[in-house]
Amino acid sequence: MLGFETHLGPHAGFILGAYAFTGLVMGGLVLNAIRDRRAQERALEDLQRRGRP
Amino acid sequence: MTASLWTRLSNPGHFLRWSGAAGPWLAGLSALTLGLGLYLSWFVAPPDYQQGETVRIMFIHVPAAWLGVFFYGSMTLSAIGTLVWRHPLADVAQRAAAPIGAAFTLVCLVTGSLWGKPMWGTYWVWDARLTSMLVLLLIYCGIIALWRTMEDPNRAARAVAILTLVGAVNLPIIKFSVNWWSTLHQPASILRMGGPTIDPSMLYPLLTMILAATILGVTLHLYAMRTEILRRRVRTLTIREAERLDAGAPTLVPAPAGAAPLGQAL
Repeated sequence: MLGFETHLGPHAGFILGAYAFTGLVMGGLVLNAIRDRRAQERALEDLQRRGRP
Repeated sequence: MTASLWTRLSNPGHFLRWSGAAGPWLAGLSALTLGLGLYLSWFVAPPDYQQGETVRIMFIHVPAAWLGVFFYGSMTLSAIGTLVWRHPLADVAQRAAAPIGAAFTLVCLVTGSLWGKPMWGTYWVWDARLTSMLVLLLIYCGIIALWRTMEDPNRAARAVAILTLVGAVNLPIIKFSVNWWSTLHQPASILRMGGPTIDPSMLYPLLTMILAATILGVTLHLYAMRTEILRRRVRTLTIREAERLDAGAPTLVPAPAGAAPLGQAL
């Protein structure tokens, strides 16, 4: 990691920080989309189960 | 022919079918193009002769900026679809696009700031391009907040569509701000008269990253649209159940599978 940072020069922190932030936001977006879908599917299943006699 | 295809694709029932089938392929294609784009950006593109390795921030900053504007553009078209044709999928598309567009705009602002500090000596300046992108993020936040304040999706759809159209004035300002005013931000270097000014060794990795981010964004958008349709079906069933309970009937008759309650007065 130290070698990689050295290779990126004096601004390695800015470069890695930008990629890390992007990864975090994109990961959050994907995880939130999956969580939201599961929540809606659970709610729909629950409603349909309650509807069965 | 094109209109007929568009009508078929945008029919809610057809949409659920084709988007369900296309989803896994698009997700795979996103991963592939993103992997290729990152490889080209990190291991093929050379360091810039002036900026050195810092130029690698460009490969995420520019696609994020493009998608922040792209999703707002698509929301503007959806807003017209909501107000003029009252198309049932237009509002769903608009609602699903807002958080994705906001996330890309936020990435654009933060990565731009992290690029600006070593290159310009400052994280932020109130120049026209940066400020108009910040305004875009604030408009996205306003639209998301407006949706959350209104319980009835049909009322919210109209209000949000009007707000979206008003906010669309910002799009040409973002694009031409670097030409109209003297800004610290560089002028257009890809979409400009006379062709791109970026060296091909950096341009092709950048275009690959733009393509990858676009496919990822579209994949997320289709996924979120399907979730939004599901959310509206849950809402309709919940209201139906509440009405039946009020009427004294203890059971709920579920809607038939595939019957999305889109466009119904809820």
